[in-house]
Amino acid sequence: MTLQVVTANRLGDGRVVFLADGYRWVEEIGLAHVGDTDEAAKALLAIAEKAAADRIVVAPYLIGVSAEDDRIMPTRYREVLRALGPSSHPEFGRPPSATAAVHR
Amino acid sequence: MPLIRATGLVDDPWLSVPEEEPLPEAGAVIVTLARWQANRDQLAARPTPLGLRLKSDQPPSLIAGDIERFDIIALEFPKFTNGRAYSSARLLRERYGFRGELRAVGNVLRDQLAFMRRCGFDSFEIPPQVDAAAWLSSLGGISVVYQPATDERASALTLRHGAPEGQGRGDARAHSRDPVAPTRSTATRVG
Amino acid sequence: MYRYDNYDQTLVSERVEQFRDQVNRRVAGELSEDEFKPLRLMNGLYLQLHAYMLRIAVPYGTLSTVQLRKLAEIARRYDKGYGHFTTRQNLQFNWIRLEDTPDILAALATVEMHAIQTSGNCIRNVTADHFAGVAGDEIEDPRIYCEIIRQWSTFHPEFSFLPRKFKIAVTGSPHDRAAVKVHDIGLRMHRNEAGEIGFEVLVGGGQGRTPVIAKTIRPFLPKRHLLSYLEAILRIYNQLGRRDNLYKSRIKILVDSVGIDRFTQLVEEEWQQIRDGYLDLPVAEIERIRGFFAPPPYRTLDAPVPEYEGALRRDFRFARWVRTNVTPHKRPGYAIVTLSLKPTGGIPGDATDAQMDAVADLADRYGFGEVRVSHEQNLVLPDVAQADLHELWKLLETLELATPNVGLAGDIIACPGLDYCALANARSIPVAQQISKHFSDLTKLLDIGELKIKISGCINACGHHHVGHIGILGVDKHGSEFYQITLGGSADENASIGEIVGPSFGATEVVDAVETIIDTYLHVRADGERFLDTYRRIGIKPFKEKLYAAH
Repeated sequence: MTLQVVTANRLGDGRVVFLADGYRWVEEIGLAHVGDTDEAAKALLAIAEKAAADRIVVAPYLIGVSAEDDRIMPTRYREVLRALGPSSHPEFGRPPSATAAVHR
Repeated sequence: MPLIRATGLVDDPWLSVPEEEPLPEAGAVIVTLARWQANRDQLAARPTPLGLRLKSDQPPSLIAGDIERFDIIALEFPKFTNGRAYSSARLLRERYGFRGELRAVGNVLRDQLAFMRRCGFDSFEIPPQVDAAAWLSSLGGISVVYQPATDERASALTLRHGAPEGQGRGDARAHSRDPVAPTRSTATRVG
Repeated sequence: MYRYDNYDQTLVSERVEQFRDQVNRRVAGELSEDEFKPLRLMNGLYLQLHAYMLRIAVPYGTLSTVQLRKLAEIARRYDKGYGHFTTRQNLQFNWIRLEDTPDILAALATVEMHAIQTSGNCIRNVTADHFAGVAGDEIEDPRIYCEIIRQWSTFHPEFSFLPRKFKIAVTGSPHDRAAVKVHDIGLRMHRNEAGEIGFEVLVGGGQGRTPVIAKTIRPFLPKRHLLSYLEAILRIYNQLGRRDNLYKSRIKILVDSVGIDRFTQLVEEEWQQIRDGYLDLPVAEIERIRGFFAPPPYRTLDAPVPEYEGALRRDFRFARWVRTNVTPHKRPGYAIVTLSLKPTGGIPGDATDAQMDAVADLADRYGFGEVRVSHEQNLVLPDVAQADLHELWKLLETLELATPNVGLAGDIIACPGLDYCALANARSIPVAQQISKHFSDLTKLLDIGELKIKISGCINACGHHHVGHIGILGVDKHGSEFYQITLGGSADENASIGEIVGPSFGATEVVDAVETIIDTYLHVRADGERFLDTYRRIGIKPFKEKLYAAH
């Protein structure tokens, strides 16, 4: 089961955001809406692309995540850095947060 | 496609004929380089004004000897990031003395108009449904220019010290004449 | 240093309003991201991993204290209280908001600064020797010509949509501290047989995916032809540079593919058409700009300076710092001081707003209000009286700007890497920090001697790893960070590209690998040999053998 979430950068301030329920964009990956099928992921991306056209975010894309220990974490290290902040400046980072239940 | 000049939106009297399409017997047409090279004599003999369209990888040196034949040259920007035509424009004006209309076609963006104008373009094909007036306001660009270019705007260098030797050689950076009305005209050219 | 006249100021101020309008159009939806991206890049605004990054131009690495204080203010107000000095003498802020950028640019414009053309496929910041104007071996101050080129290249209507970025560097000294040989155009000032000063013009150098040492296109170019010749080179590049492949579009690829002889011929043919015309550089403009780089009101001092000599004898730690961080000045009684932005275990090139303000104060108190940025990511106080050195050093120590490691293994150059950069494949900062901590023993550092370690997080080589004595390139292998090591690179007048030593090392193995390399050198070095000298003498084989013997 490949879990995916949509991520992007917010247009106005460039911050990393994730697509959550209700067309919201959140900074905490733990609150992201997780798609657990290809169709679900595609549907999320379509919502995100509309948000890009509406100038809320820039260049949304899907990333793979794991949901071990009730915690959503990206599988690619680059995305871990985006989600948690630079390893060189932990004071600017976001702690990994517990997830909501994985959505269908 | 809408067309603008410094004065505003203008009608386009020219017909740009793609390579695969037949050429109308008469009328003001813009032909591709390939068509020109294949049918030079017939095209030169047409009683109506003639234009040429160059792709970004077709240097103006290829038609340097035939400059006088064309009342308009259209230079393509296949993608706005491809800036070859800025150099082609300058060479057409300053090196080969082209005095006809120089038109920017293809992927032309509003924020490039000022640069294009400085390189010698005087008309610009813009996407449909844009605000032509807003686009025109970008033509002016920034009021100070640091370097001399085709448009002969006085550079900061000149304003600070006066023109260096060689500047203002009129024919070296000729502006276009007024656009040629696409009526029957003689083959003899003015200037 | 150069001061804006009405023309310069008008251009910068209008540009701010133009960009403000472009941002508004983006936010309103009149510009797509694809259309907006080149516009924001031409104002140095990148979208990186965590936020927008703004790269502010520091022309030829020279800052006034007024400017440095403004940068500190911007760091405080619009960023997270720090900035990063880059390998092209610029300053980057990593946490910028698009919405704030027009105001930031407006603030910069009040102190004659901007972010124009610090990105995009246009002519970038023209860099120079960070010791310009004060180095003993200088023939002429290269910054005069950097400023001339800066103006000529700013909003150049023909060259704003080049195949790729374009970087120019100028050295005014025979010892090249500006790395001209790895630039798209390098200019080396020198005298011809008649004693006239002019430029050797080099072309087609660069790092990145295909590192190349620049080739000479013209051994001697008189000053008056500077702009017309550059215009000819850029025109040939603009016309013939590849547009089909991002990785093959720099001028170095063009020069390589047609050959330097043919390339020279093309440029010379074009130049013959445009020389002696409106691009001739008037002597009046050279002299006008030279006036801004006139020597400051130096006092006439005797050298040696007794207080200074005394402190050297008494204070061993001071003497150690002088040995590495202080360089002789061309005026007797003065010195050039490099402020190390490489504290042990720190992030190379980073400075806090408090440090920036403090450095500005020091430059006013112990200099003439000027600070330099070196492409090795340190700051420089160019005009310190030797009598003041001891006092200055003590103050620098409190600011953590006095680590006595300049030019040594602790003086690491590193790009921001995967921690910040959207282009990176691996992190570079932690590697730099680990190496720095491993070699924190200052005595050992001095014993090792001159050793330039340069780290890049991807093939774009912003960390200049190709010209590191030891170069480290971060790569992604199966989703993990690995590091490829090169040896023997150099950016000076004897420039060379580093050679890959062998298979890459994992993140936990890199420091040991560097240690093995250094130990190998220490064991076989001849008297007085630097690492680079030993490498050039013995070649890569002994290092390869030691590194991969156990594997």
